Amino acid sequence: MAKITFVTSDNDTIITEATTGSVMELAVQNKVKGIDGDCGGVCSCATCHVHVEPAFWDKVGAPSQLESDMLEFDDNVSEYSRLCCQIDVSDAIDGVVLNVAK
Amino acid sequence: MSTETSNKICVVIGASHAGVNFAFALRKEGWEGDIILFDRDPEFPYHRPPLSKAYLTSEEGTQQDLLFPKQNYETDKITLKLGKIISSINRKEKSVTVSDGSVQKYDKLVLTTGARPFIPPIKGLNSAKNVFAMRTAEDALNIRKSLNKDHNKVIIIGGGYIGLETAASLSKLGASVTVLEREERVLSRVTAPEMSTYFKELHHKHGVSVLSNKNVTSINFDNNINEVQCDDNSSYKADIIIVGVGIKVNTELAEEAGLEIENGIKVDANCKTNDPNIYALGDCTFHFNPHYKKYIRLESVQNAVDQAKIAAKSICGKAVAYDSIPWFWSDQYDVKLQMVGLSQGYNQTIKRIETDRDNCQSVWYFKDDELLAVDAINNAKAYMLGIRFIQKNQKIDKLKLSDVSIAITPTSYI
Ligand SMILES: Cc1cc2nc3c(=O)[nH]c(=O)nc-3n(C[C@H](O)[C@H](O)[C@H](O)COP(=O)(O)OP(=O)(O)OC[C@H]3O[C@@H](n4cnc5c(N)ncnc54)[C@H](O)[C@@H]3O)c2cc1C
Ligand code: FES
Repeated sequence: MAKITFVTSDNDTIITEATTGSVMELAVQNKVKGIDGDCGGVCSCATCHVHVEPAFWDKVGAPSQLESDMLEFDDNVSEYSRLCCQIDVSDAIDGVVLNVAK
Repeated sequence: MSTETSNKICVVIGASHAGVNFAFALRKEGWEGDIILFDRDPEFPYHRPPLSKAYLTSEEGTQQDLLFPKQNYETDKITLKLGKIISSINRKEKSVTVSDGSVQKYDKLVLTTGARPFIPPIKGLNSAKNVFAMRTAEDALNIRKSLNKDHNKVIIIGGGYIGLETAASLSKLGASVTVLEREERVLSRVTAPEMSTYFKELHHKHGVSVLSNKNVTSINFDNNINEVQCDDNSSYKADIIIVGVGIKVNTELAEEAGLEIENGIKVDANCKTNDPNIYALGDCTFHFNPHYKKYIRLESVQNAVDQAKIAAKSICGKAVAYDSIPWFWSDQYDVKLQMVGLSQGYNQTIKRIETDRDNCQSVWYFKDDELLAVDAINNAKAYMLGIRFIQKNQKIDKLKLSDVSIAITPTSYI
C-alpha cells in the first residue's frame, strides 16, 4: 500500500492510498483537480503533469526519453516535472508528495 | 443551478469514450439530476485503443483498462445500463425506447453512438470461418481465443491504423500475418507516402507482409481453411481473417428521429444537434473545426473527450465553443507514432530524420506556408512543437526546418 499526496494549484491537499495502477488513474479516481488523463495514460496529452516535491524526486525517479520530450517545451515545466500516467503506484513511492501543474 | 437540474434527467446513448467522459464532465459542471447511460455492449466501459495494441498481447484483459473506476460511477451517481439497445427516439415525448420495450424519459439526450466496423460486400465472407472485426472487447477476445500454434495464419484486410496495429500485436504472439491493402499504399487516406513506406518497411522487418493493390474479391472456405482471393488472381490461405477496412457511423437512430445528418450527426460549436434538447459527441458527429475552417468527422479519443467537455459545459449553461487541434497516436512494435493536425489538402511535406537519436523522425505537412499537421515517429518533441506551432498559426522557415543540424526547439524555425 502506497500513500500518495496530491497538492492542487488551489492548494487543496488530497491524500490517497493505492496498491496498483498508475498515479494518473489514482488522481482521476480521487478527482484531483488539474489531472484529466485525456489520452488514457499513453503519454500523448500532457494533461497529467505534476511537479514532484523535490525531497521525493529520487524515490519517484526520472522520466523516460518520450516523457521528457513531451515535457521539454511545456510552459510550466520544471526540473521536477513528471507525467504521472508514467508513474506506477507501488510501495517504492510510498509517502511522496506531488504538486499538480497549472 | 441545483434548483434547475435536480429533478431533470440526462440520457446518454453509448457508454464509451464520448458518453462516459461526458457523464463525468456533466456531474463536474454541476448537473444534479439523473445521468443514465445505455450501451448495447455488456462490458463495463473500457478504453478502445488498447484493443489492437497492448490488450491483444497482455494477459490482463480489458477490465484492466476501464475508462473510469467502478466506484466513481457510484460516487458521482451515474447509472449504467449495459447490454441495452436503444431502438428509437421520440422527440415529441422526449423519450427513448429500449429494445425490451421499456421507455425512458429525458430532459436532455446525448447521442454518443460512435461507429461500427464496415463489412465490405466480399463474396463468401459470410460463410468464411473465423472472420473478425476489431472494435469491441469481444472482438479482441475472440481473436485471441482463436489464435493458437496450429491455427496462426492471419490475413488482415485493410492497412489502416487498426489493421497495422493488429498485425504488429498478432505477430508478437507468433502469428504469421499478411496485410492486404486495396490502395497502392497503406495509410493512404491519412498520411504522406513517406509514412506509408516507413510502416511497410517496419512490418517487413518484423516478418509481416504488407501488400498493396490487393483488392479482395472473394473468400472460399474449403479443407478447413479460408482461401482469400484478390482481383489480381493472387490468393492467400487464412485460419483467421480480420476485416479492418473502416467504419460506418451509427447515425440511424438520429436519422429516424429526423435530426440533421451529413457524413455524421451534424452539430454546432456546442455539440448541439438541430434539436435544442439533443446533443451528439464523438465518432458519430459531423462538426466544424474552427482552426481548419471546415466540417469534419473524426475517429479519435481526443475528439470524443474534448466534445464531452464542451457539451457538459453547454448543458450546464457555461457554453464554450469547440476549438481543438486534432491529435492521435498509434503504437506498432516499439514505434510510437504521434500525430497532430489535419494533413488533408497539403501540397508539400518536409521530412526530418534526427541524427542524434535512433529511429526518430517527423513529417511536416504544409499547404503553401501554412503548417497543417505533423506526424512524429518516436519524436514527442516534434509532436508537441507541432501542436504549439499549429495552434499559433506560426509561420515557419522551411529551409531551417529541413536542416537536421538545427535542433527542434520552440524558436528554431521561426
Ligand atoms: C481497435 C481500435 C484502436 C483505436 N486506437 C486509437 C488510438 O490509438 N488513438 C485514438 O485517438 N483513437 C483510437 N481509436 C478510436 C477511438 O477508440 C474512437 O475514436 C472512440 O472510441 C470514439 O468514442 P465514441 O464514444 O464516440 O464511440 P464508440 O467508442 O464507437 O462508442 C459508441 C458506443 O455506443 C454504443 N451504441 C451505439 N448505438 C447504440 C444503441 N442504439 N443502443 C445502445 N448502445 C449503442 C456502442 O455499443 C458503443 O459502445 C481506436 C479504435 C479502435 C476500435
Ligand atoms: S494521461 Fe495523457 S500523457 Fe499522461
